[in-house]
Amino acid sequence: MSSQWDDYPLSEFFDEMLSTPGNARKPSQKLYNYLSKLSPGSVASRKAAAELAVREMGISFTVYTDEGNIDRAWPFDIIPRVIAKKQWDKTEAGLKQRLQALNMFIDDLYNKQNIIKDGIVPEYIIKQSSNYRKECEGMSPAYGAWAHVCGTDLVRDKDGEFYALEDNLRVPSGVSYMLENRSIMKRVLPEVFKKVDIAPIGDYPAELFETLSSLSPRQISKPVIVVLTPGIYNSAYFEHAFLAQKMGVELVQGNDLVVESDDCVYMKTIAGLERVDVIYRRIDDMFLDPDAFIPDSMLGVKGLMRAWRSGNVALANAPGAGVADDKVVYAFVPQIIKYYLDQDPIISNVETFLCYDDKQREYVLNNLDKLVVKPANESGGYGMLIGPHSTKKERDTFTDLIKANPRNYIAQPTLALSTAPTYIGKDNAPEPRHLDLRPFVLQGKKSFVTTGGLTRVALKKGSLVVNSSQGGGSKDTWIVDVSGGTKE
Amino acid sequence: MLSRVAERLYWTARYLERVSSTATLITSYENLLYDLPKNVELSWYNLIIINDQEQEFNELYSSRSERNVIKYLIGDRDNGSSIMHSLHFIRENVRTARDVIPEKAWELICELSIYAQDNLDQGIKRRSRLEFLENIVKGCSQINGLIQSTMPRDAGWEFMLIGCNLERADMTSRYLEAGLAAILQVKDENTINSQQIIWGSVLRSLDATQYYLRATKTPVKGQAVLPYLLRDSCFPKSITYCVGSIIQSCQKLPEPELALEKLKKVESKLAKKIDYEDLGDALLEKLNKLQIMLTSIHFIISESWFIADH
Repeated sequence: MSSQWDDYPLSEFFDEMLSTPGNARKPSQKLYNYLSKLSPGSVASRKAAAELAVREMGISFTVYTDEGNIDRAWPFDIIPRVIAKKQWDKTEAGLKQRLQALNMFIDDLYNKQNIIKDGIVPEYIIKQSSNYRKECEGMSPAYGAWAHVCGTDLVRDKDGEFYALEDNLRVPSGVSYMLENRSIMKRVLPEVFKKVDIAPIGDYPAELFETLSSLSPRQISKPVIVVLTPGIYNSAYFEHAFLAQKMGVELVQGNDLVVESDDCVYMKTIAGLERVDVIYRRIDDMFLDPDAFIPDSMLGVKGLMRAWRSGNVALANAPGAGVADDKVVYAFVPQIIKYYLDQDPIISNVETFLCYDDKQREYVLNNLDKLVVKPANESGGYGMLIGPHSTKKERDTFTDLIKANPRNYIAQPTLALSTAPTYIGKDNAPEPRHLDLRPFVLQGKKSFVTTGGLTRVALKKGSLVVNSSQGGGSKDTWIVDVSGGTKE
Repeated sequence: MLSRVAERLYWTARYLERVSSTATLITSYENLLYDLPKNVELSWYNLIIINDQEQEFNELYSSRSERNVIKYLIGDRDNGSSIMHSLHFIRENVRTARDVIPEKAWELICELSIYAQDNLDQGIKRRSRLEFLENIVKGCSQINGLIQSTMPRDAGWEFMLIGCNLERADMTSRYLEAGLAAILQVKDENTINSQQIIWGSVLRSLDATQYYLRATKTPVKGQAVLPYLLRDSCFPKSITYCVGSIIQSCQKLPEPELALEKLKKVESKLAKKIDYEDLGDALLEKLNKLQIMLTSIHFIISESWFIADH
């Protein structure tokens, strides 16, 4: 039987499913056998079922356009991305190591700054960082953890190894989509779940709840935890509501909270004020507290920083944690791990050039057409130059930008992001598309890593931009154990 | 429970009730128009009057045609009470109260919104309208049923009950007023027949015909329909029942004293004797005042629990 899979092109990139034409990698074998036997009609009906499930489950994200905000359905591809458990176990250890070191680094920066005194990282890291908060100096949150929830973006290079691309330590999002993707897949491909030993992922909300509980300043059996959202116009609002529901905690907005003269935070309930112990805040630092940061912020809570500094409420992530969520700091993560933990990094960084260094800048400016240039403090794929896809005019603009503010830019070689088969177009032919992976790492009293993470896929042919706001989609991510027996 | 969440639940229930009552109203009005003698002039525009929306409607449409009225009531995004708009608000309110609404209810709400959006044209066309409206009512019943069978009976539940009962009381009083106004308008020789048709339609709009007949053992006439829908102690859409339920709900909420005091006043005014034999302008005026009193209940609830200045 001829299948659409016969035409699936392999290239110089690492393909997640196929090693050679018609030959699936071991963890993907059963899935591949199943998919390659599906008729086009059957694929189409499963795809339609997935789209309907997305709409019915109300899985959406908000996009800002000139015409107003649109609540868009979550774009989803029904071919899962499979990773061998053995490789994942190693990655998981690497992620814990990374976050542990980064938290020690943040704690050090706001206190003794030994790492600077010892000459490991340059002092300008603090000076140039738009995410360094003077207001946090001298603070030392519980367990030395500043970033309690981290989303680290991993990519797989030609060699099939995972590399860390960036650490999102401010308000990383996507975990709800990771969980919902799994629910959709169970509806759409139930047969495969019977055949393959897929590790479950549903424990995340419980682990997040545990992590948040461990941060409570009051040692009580049931601390009051809330999720603080900027509101329905935030692109990740769906996730805020989702997590509050799955943890069984209140979803609050800034005006639901108040800080009283006792420097404690309270929420306004139908029975009056109730004290809040832990705030999982999904609002950026600058909007948290009009008294401390942007004065006309309507999203935050007046006096929140005062309450936090007095130790009466825990904020996750802690204000100022974003200082390590900086592309310049990123370049130093291997040294940071070595310095605090005396270990070699388990997950490698992508090669990174710092524009503040004369020699490295020289190289960057001469090779702009081959490199990806990123500003130190942006997220979401904005403000970047993707060299090979750029115009002369764009490169000139970046030359000026880099020269004017070299410390604010880093450059990396264009990555050979791995691909995975994705159903494309009306005839649903599987075609390779580039993807990355965002696992979520928790650190409070204990550490935890999601089993797999959110796989984001660039739906446009050849594109490397996986962000949902810019034409990216997602896939379910399966961690599959191929060492043991099989489930039949 | 957060004050804001309590308010969202209250509005969710109100809008849910509004969607199904608007759908039921259009259906029963359609029936009414087919039944009335041809010389009786009753227009679709009355549905706009019932909801006090003359001004908004006239700003949007110059003709008071059936199509425009239906469009306005079902699909118009500018009309705060239209089915589409109410569904949108249910979704928005639930979105911001998802942590307390049963998870599956959220999915049903999404489903119903998708159905309404995809089939809006069917709702406006006369040929397919009834089926569309029937499905809307079914969707609401499904959601209500799910909430009813899964939601814990805590404060959130009471706020939903309050919202639902207040919306019902409001609708019932509007329909009674509209029925009476129509009776006063219809000046044909066949008055008795028209009376029966009009009051029958009021009962149908509230799904009340069956129980009215069982409870009153009286043929359909204003002198009996009015007291039944105003005063019956068992029928869930009678105004007395709704206000009584609201009071019961409030008794279960924290610090209810102020609200209860005010609500008891409303209740005692409601209990005052009314002369139903003379179906004239004086009674119409009374119904009008009742309507205003019911509107005030919203503010009583709001100042006690929603306005979060403690």
